[in-house]
Amino acid sequence: MSKIEFMQGNTACAEGALAAGCRFFGGYPITPSTEIAEHMARRLPKTDGVFVQMEDEIASIAAVIGASWTGARAMTATSGPGFSLMMENIGYAVITETPCVIVNIQRGGPSTGQPTMGAQGDMLQCRFGSHGDYSTIALSPSSVQEMYDLTAKAFNLADRFRVPVFVMSDEVTGHMRERITIPDRVEIVSRRPLEKGTLPFRGGDDGVPGFPEFGMGYGVHVTGLTHDERGYPEATDPHIHAALVQRLVSKVESARHDIADYEMVNPDAETVFVTYGPPTRTVKQVMHDHPGEGVGHLHLRIVWPFPERLLRLFTNAKTFIVPEMNMGQIAREVERHTDLPVISVPKLGGELHTPGELQKLLEARP
Amino acid sequence: MSFEDWFREDRLPHIYCTGCGNGTVINCTLEAVEQMGWTVDDTVFISGIGCSSRAPGYIKTDSLHTTHGRALAFATGVKLANPRLHVVVFTGDGDLAAIGGNHFIHACRRNIDLTVVCMNNMIYGMTGGQGSPCTPVGAISTTTPYGAAEPVFDLSELAVTAGANYVARWTSYHVRELTKAVQAGLETPGFSFIEALTQCPTAYGRRNKLRQVSDMVQYLRTSVILVQKIQRMRERGEPVPEDKIPVGEFVRRNRPAMGVQK
Ligand SMILES: Cc1ncc(C[n+]2csc(CCOP(=O)(O)OP(=O)(O)O)c2C)c(N)n1
Ligand code: SF4
Repeated sequence: MSKIEFMQGNTACAEGALAAGCRFFGGYPITPSTEIAEHMARRLPKTDGVFVQMEDEIASIAAVIGASWTGARAMTATSGPGFSLMMENIGYAVITETPCVIVNIQRGGPSTGQPTMGAQGDMLQCRFGSHGDYSTIALSPSSVQEMYDLTAKAFNLADRFRVPVFVMSDEVTGHMRERITIPDRVEIVSRRPLEKGTLPFRGGDDGVPGFPEFGMGYGVHVTGLTHDERGYPEATDPHIHAALVQRLVSKVESARHDIADYEMVNPDAETVFVTYGPPTRTVKQVMHDHPGEGVGHLHLRIVWPFPERLLRLFTNAKTFIVPEMNMGQIAREVERHTDLPVISVPKLGGELHTPGELQKLLEARP
Repeated sequence: MSFEDWFREDRLPHIYCTGCGNGTVINCTLEAVEQMGWTVDDTVFISGIGCSSRAPGYIKTDSLHTTHGRALAFATGVKLANPRLHVVVFTGDGDLAAIGGNHFIHACRRNIDLTVVCMNNMIYGMTGGQGSPCTPVGAISTTTPYGAAEPVFDLSELAVTAGANYVARWTSYHVRELTKAVQAGLETPGFSFIEALTQCPTAYGRRNKLRQVSDMVQYLRTSVILVQKIQRMRERGEPVPEDKIPVGEFVRRNRPAMGVQK
């Protein structure tokens, strides 16, 4: 029997992870994400898991990657400054194809910025922040329920595609308290083990290699250097490098429509809001308060890889409006995929867009 | 120790220069691992970045060649998540003491159950011979062209102070002693640190009047003094030579450790 609870977003995130079988958490305190670490510190030791507070965020993500190679579902949680510190090892997780979950409860940046205020300013950093070409998956919860559901789902995506998966939440959702339904159990799709006798870094049909868990007799060498399909360093052969990077990108990008998780309202509308995270709530309020205004809504629960096909499903669309708690990071991505006008509605400082602000935009329509 | 049991023959030739001390240290370590009865299936080698850190790539076990300075943080995750695995870390003086210094002291403090073998060649070998926190005062490197001026880290002393359960230092000349020290480290629950002073004829010797490999090995041999000898000199009230590097076992104790298999 599922149960109804009243819960904080960060707690729901931690509970979602535990429900998904997360067994390892390595982290470092930082507002506004700390409640996740604190909750894991209480809960993990009682569920045969491991919590460790590391010396910084570089070490946290490193420990998470190490734990993942022993087969454990592993995660960390942080915010802007810690997220920046993690970038080098996130690239390591990408090239070594290490499944792991990284939660970013975004706050206002750059730098120490606004520790207690929400933001969505790291949406491009999570996509492009580490050096080199790659692709990853980023989810964006807009409610406490989605904190639970999407964190649990992040583990499945990480295991299936063998990538670091980001839960790109924010202070508003992390600290919000709401009603949430805790399901009996969540769907768990674990990583596929490497077939013995096959090469550890050869992609299968989906571009994803089987996983050679440490201690199971695979004798696998894992390196952040460009490597061949045996996993051996091969850092000067242009073809091997190109093939590896292309596979790392295409295993995610070619599955982007399968990965997509979204909600579409009024696909016939001419004016369409595109949102992820907290602005989703404001748009829902506007549409609730002013029904029948011919407004459509595309709510993305997964932002990266960007599901550009969905924009075309709004066949009558004349304008896309993208409210974000940043200066237009995803509006830029929407622009890339449509010839229609895209109105970016940036909001900085930590406050949500008000329904009034968005309503005014609608009233200004020709 | 039999070569075929531990080394990936399909990875030869290796990248090490002729006369590099790293091979000796790797052999000593594998010899000690074999003495423990550990196998390629239950042992994991982990490293950072540098010539020394390339070692795991030549060994048949599961291995994690990580990012510069971070090996111990990765190793902490592996060991805590699966204490049944025996974890050995290879690192260099730059990897461990410069960029990885914070992880080093915290791994010692946690006293996490793994063994670190540091190939201290007193230089950044892989990047062509820049000064490290262990480059002796006065020594020439590409970034200390007028002689290194900064004081040197005593890595073993640091490990003792930070809380490691086992700490010893030898050189690539002291093959038997080094092997025994690694084995003692592997046997000791908690964090074990074995510092091996090694020759890097290419990036260190060449610029410091130690062109021949034998000159460098001789330099290592004559630069050190046994801890027992220091002890005796102190007891007799004799002055201890300050320019000599102490070698031997510095600590073997049983502080509470993390990640020990129950
Ligand atoms: C973050 C980062 N900074 C710098 C480097 C470049 N780099 C590669 S190896 C190395 C120094 C290695 O020196 P040491 O750890 O003493 O190992 P050795 O090569 O002497 O064995 C440096 C600075 C890097 N790989 N990553
Ligand atoms: S540069 Fe020095 S440490 Fe590196 S392989 Fe050559 S001799 Fe060994």
